Amino acid sequence: MRVPILKQGDYLIASVQDSLADADLLQLSENLLTQVGLFHSRGVIVDVTALDVMDSFACRALRSLASAIRFRGAETVIVGIQPEVAFAMVQLGLDLAGIRTALDVEEGLELLGNGKDG
Amino acid sequence: MAAKGLKVGLSRDGIQTASETVYDALVDAVETGRYDGIQAYATLIAERSAPARVTPDRVLEGFLRLREVLSRHLTASYRDMAKLTKVLDIYVPVADRILCIVASALVEEREKVVRQQQEAIRELSTPALRVRDRLLILPIIGVLDTHRARQLTEQLLYAIRANRARVVIMDITGVASVDSKVANHLVQTVEAAQLLGATVLVTGISPEAAQTLVAIGVDLSRLRTVCDLQGGLEEADRLLGLKATTT
Amino acid sequence: MAGELRISVRTDADIVTARQKGRVLAEPLGFRGSDLALIATAISEVARNIVVYAGCGEIILDVVRDGEREGIVVIARDEGPGIADVEKAMQDGYSTSKSLGLGLPGAKRMMDEFEIVSAVGKGTTITMRKWRRSHEDRPYRPAGT
Repeated sequence: MRVPILKQGDYLIASVQDSLADADLLQLSENLLTQVGLFHSRGVIVDVTALDVMDSFACRALRSLASAIRFRGAETVIVGIQPEVAFAMVQLGLDLAGIRTALDVEEGLELLGNGKDG
Repeated sequence: MAAKGLKVGLSRDGIQTASETVYDALVDAVETGRYDGIQAYATLIAERSAPARVTPDRVLEGFLRLREVLSRHLTASYRDMAKLTKVLDIYVPVADRILCIVASALVEEREKVVRQQQEAIRELSTPALRVRDRLLILPIIGVLDTHRARQLTEQLLYAIRANRARVVIMDITGVASVDSKVANHLVQTVEAAQLLGATVLVTGISPEAAQTLVAIGVDLSRLRTVCDLQGGLEEADRLLGLKATTT
Repeated sequence: MAGELRISVRTDADIVTARQKGRVLAEPLGFRGSDLALIATAISEVARNIVVYAGCGEIILDVVRDGEREGIVVIARDEGPGIADVEKAMQDGYSTSKSLGLGLPGAKRMMDEFEIVSAVGKGTTITMRKWRRSHEDRPYRPAGT
């Protein structure tokens, strides 16, 4: 399943679908890294609203993704983590190791905008 | 024939229906040895008694009365002593068992109510209060066990989403004692809230709690703390103001 | 109630299938939102363990009853290389692959019961159970929504 990537101004928005397999996540990572360079994006928003499970693999993939995007000169914000998913992640002992998070895409865009100004 | 006896001393329709139901259940129990009918009826009575402000002793009194009426009726019906003894030998254990079932149902109902109330108290005891736009306060009071910590975290997460909160002040002034387990719960709650994009400020860490946290090696980089609630509110204003002005 | 569900696990897509089936089985039992997420995540972890370490295996899902308690049982079975040191594998942060090493200990934390039997060269069987908490029969309704 392909993850659609939307370009909005200086930012890229990727909306992850519900039944995301490992390969899709790795593919997404690759696509985002290419497009960040292509569009000189300053930030990437990964919207996981549709995701009902965030296991250790997905978490590690997102962490790697954010680090790699950082190397490409852009900031990553994960948005839309559901309350139940956040609860399970904490129980599992997962954290996003410093990746910024926001409630939804709107908040994520604002967070990236503030980071730019500040 | 016995239905006539049941009506003795009873006037209201409701009571009559009740008596007939119990009588039928009794006959059923004598004939088949099964008590499901009376069990279901007892549960129903127990459920209805509390909202109708009928005390358990009134319910039991009613059943005792019924038992007596029936036994009197039996005594009147059987003139032959040997026959009467036989009948009573069958009747008394069944009647006793029915009383036991009714009493158990009443106790069971009370326990159910107590459980529900405990649950309600738990939910009420950890409200996430919306102070102003985007700001929640979570005052934690009392004992923080695993179950309550879990409930508190869930409620906070839903409240963050519903109120679109950006800052949460978690005040632990009222937490009975902060040991390693409690500290762990608090850190988990903070981390879960952060995953939803909220900044959590922990306030009201007592001197003793601070020492415990040091002793058990809680990673302070994972907790943002402010001395008291007043300071927490100021810090929250600063955070929210900063975010608002740079938009 | 339908009988047990068997999902053969070979690829990462099967992991997704397994956790979705787990959710479908657990929901009518009255598990609430966060419990469903915990169950699905735990299934995901043990299924991934099969894909990464054994190559193939199966996940068996079923309803369990014990008196008045009702819950879900998840069995993850493979005939892979097995785990040499189970105790070590159950420690946080321990991993022989490049994962976070939180999978199995994390799954254990998310479920109520967790047993692991493993023999080197023979394979691994993980059995986990989660019970629906009786005093939470009422579904959770967040205030204000």
